[in-house]
Amino acid sequence: MHGTAKPYTGLQLGALVTLRLLIGWHFFYEGLAKLVNPYWTSAEYIDQASWLFSGVFKSIAASPGAVTFVDALNVWGLMAIGLGLIVGLLTRAATASGLVVLLLYYIVAPPFVALAYAMPTEGSYLVVNKVLIEAAAMFVLLVFPTGRLVGLDGLVFRKRQAGDAPAPAQA
Amino acid sequence: MTDEQKTTGTPGSEHWSTISRRGWVKALISIPVLGVFFYNYFRKRAADEAKRQAVMSELGVAESGPAIIANAVSQPPSRRIRVGIIGYGGEGESLVRHAGFAAPDWIEQARKNVAENPRDKQLETYLGQDDLNIALTAVCDVFDVRAERAIAASRIDVRPGGGGANPPAKRYRRYTDLLESGDVDAVIIATPDHWHSRMTVDAANAGIHVYCEKCMTRTEDEAHAVHRAVKDTGIVFQLGHQNRQSEAHNKAREVIAANILGPITLVESTTNRNSPWGAWVWDIHEQGNPQTIDWDQFEGPAPNKVPFSLERFFRWRCWFDYGTGLSGDLLSHEYDGVNQILQLGIPASCVASGGIYYFKDGRDVPDTFQAVYEYPDRDLTFVYSATLANGRDRGLVFMGHDASMQVGGSLSVQADYESTRYEQKIKDGLIDPSQAMFTYRPGFKGIDAVTSATERYFASRGLLYTYRGGRRMSAYHLLIAEWLDVIRNGGETSCNVDRGFEEAITCHMATRSYREHRRVTWDPATRRIV
Repeated sequence: MHGTAKPYTGLQLGALVTLRLLIGWHFFYEGLAKLVNPYWTSAEYIDQASWLFSGVFKSIAASPGAVTFVDALNVWGLMAIGLGLIVGLLTRAATASGLVVLLLYYIVAPPFVALAYAMPTEGSYLVVNKVLIEAAAMFVLLVFPTGRLVGLDGLVFRKRQAGDAPAPAQA
Repeated sequence: MTDEQKTTGTPGSEHWSTISRRGWVKALISIPVLGVFFYNYFRKRAADEAKRQAVMSELGVAESGPAIIANAVSQPPSRRIRVGIIGYGGEGESLVRHAGFAAPDWIEQARKNVAENPRDKQLETYLGQDDLNIALTAVCDVFDVRAERAIAASRIDVRPGGGGANPPAKRYRRYTDLLESGDVDAVIIATPDHWHSRMTVDAANAGIHVYCEKCMTRTEDEAHAVHRAVKDTGIVFQLGHQNRQSEAHNKAREVIAANILGPITLVESTTNRNSPWGAWVWDIHEQGNPQTIDWDQFEGPAPNKVPFSLERFFRWRCWFDYGTGLSGDLLSHEYDGVNQILQLGIPASCVASGGIYYFKDGRDVPDTFQAVYEYPDRDLTFVYSATLANGRDRGLVFMGHDASMQVGGSLSVQADYESTRYEQKIKDGLIDPSQAMFTYRPGFKGIDAVTSATERYFASRGLLYTYRGGRRMSAYHLLIAEWLDVIRNGGETSCNVDRGFEEAITCHMATRSYREHRRVTWDPATRRIV
C-alpha cells in the first residue's frame, strides 16, 4: 500500500482510525435510526434543493416511487458505509461512497448566501457546514487509508494476495 | 503490512493459521466498537420504547396505522347511475371532474402543467380515481359557456380507470326540466346558495338523490324545508364537506374517543386567506353578457332583485342576496370538521361580529368575521375567527385541560404543562409538554405540489385531498363515491341531512347575529333561532 515501510507512526494511525470509527459510527446510526423510524423520509430534505440539479431533486421528491427508492438507498447505504468504516471492510469503497453521499447532501442544501431553507439548522453556517466538514474528513480518510492496517481488509486482501501471487505482494 | 509479510507462510498458502496473532488483533481490533455501538443502541431503543409504551398505554390510541375509515366504495359499483349537474361554475366543474368527467381544456392545461412541473399531480390524481360507473346525462347552467363546457366534459374520453367516452349530456335551460326529464337518477347541485333549498326540495320530491354544495341553505327556513323534504322522501343526500373523508379528521375522532385531551373547554377554528381570489373576487368571463347569461333565472329566489350585474353573477359570494359570505363558505367547513370530531350539534347561542375592512369593493358580506358559540351542556366554547386579508396559518385547535390537539392535513397532540392527568409522567420525563406527544401524519412519503394560495389553504385543512393506504386521493372524489355507494347499496352518507341541518343552522346563527347586531340563541323545543 505504502511501500514496505510503515506508512504511519502509531499516533498518526491512531488518529486516522479514530476518525474512521467516529464517522463510521455516525453513518451507521444515521442509517439505523432512519430504518426504524416509520415516518422518516428524505423527501423533505431533497425538496428544499435550490442549487445545482435542484429540478432533478425536486422531481425525485415529488415521485413516491423515486422517494421510496432514494429512502431505501439512503438507509442501507448509510448502514453499509458505516459498517464498512467501523470494521474496516472494503474500506476504500465505503470511504469513496461516503464522500459522494456527503457531497450530495451538501449540494441539496448548501448554506450559501441568498439561499434560504424551510428546515431549521441546529447551528449557524455560512458556506461551510458540518456536512462539508464531514465530507472533508472523509476525503482525508480516502487519501490516508487505514483499512488494511487496522480492519478486516487486512485479512481479506492479505488472503487474496496470498492466494494469487507469491509474496511480496504488498505494494 | 510489514508485520504480516514477516509472518506470511509459503506463497500460495491459504491457511488462516499463518496469520500472526498481531495480524488478527489488527484486523479485528475495531470489532468491539460494534459491540459498544449495539450496547448503546439497544439501551436507547429500550428506553425509547418504554417511554413510548408508557405514553401509548396511557393514551389508549394507536400511534400509527390509518384511522379506521370505511372504504368509500365498499362494493363494486354495479348499477350505472345517471347524474345531472346543476351549476357548472368553479365548484360544479370540480365536482364533476372528481366524479370522472374533466373538461377537455382542463385536461389540456393539466398536461401542460405536468410537463412544466413534474410535481403537479392533478392529472395523475384525476386518472387514478376509481371509475364510478356513472354517466353525466344532464346539464343545467344559466351561463351558455359553462353549459357547453359541461357537455364537453360529459363526453370526454380521457377518463379515470380507463372508462370510455359517454354520449353527450343534454342541456336543460331550467333545472325543473332537468328533474322532470327522466334522464337522471341523481343530481349534483353546485349553484349559489340561494338556489340550494328550492332545487333540493324539488329533486327530493321527484325521487332524485342529491349531492349539494355547502352551505346547505341560505336561510333558516330553507334549512327546515330541505331537512323535511329529504326525510319525507328518503332520498340519499350528501352535503359537500370533504373533511368527512379526511384521514386526519377521522384519527382526531379516535383521539377524542380515547379522552386524551381531558375536558375540552375551547375549540378554536380559523380561516386565513390573503388574496383577491380567496376573497371571492373571481374572474369575470369575457363572454359573460345579458345574452349568454339568463339573469332572471340566476336571481330566482334572491331576496333583492337588481339589474344585470357581471360582478354579482361571477362573484356572488360577496352578497348576502346569494349566500352568507364567510359564514356559509368557510365557517361551514370549520364547523362541520369540529362537528365531525366532537359531535357538537347545534350551539345554544352565538355572538358574531366583523366588518368590511379590506375588500371595500361594493360587497355587503364581511371580510373579517368572528363568531363565538356556546355549548353549556358540553361545557365548551367554539370560536371561529377569520380574515381574508392575512395568510397566517392559525389552524384548528382543540384545547383540553390535559392536552391540545391541532388538526389539519395532519394531526398532533401536545400535553399541557399544568395537566393533572399527565402530571406524574411529565415529572418523570416520560412526556415532554414542549413537544408533540402524539403525531399522526397521513399520506405517502413525499412532497405534494399545490399551486395556489387558496389550494394551500384547503390542503392545510385536509379539504383538498387525503390518503388511502398511502395513495393520494381527492377528498371530493371520496365524498361523491360514498354518496353513490349509499344510493346503490344503502347505508348512511357521512354528511347526511341531519349533519347538514346542524351545519346550516349553526352558520345562520352567526349570520343572524352579525346582521342583527345581537346575541342569538337556539330554542331546541321549537327548533328555531331566537
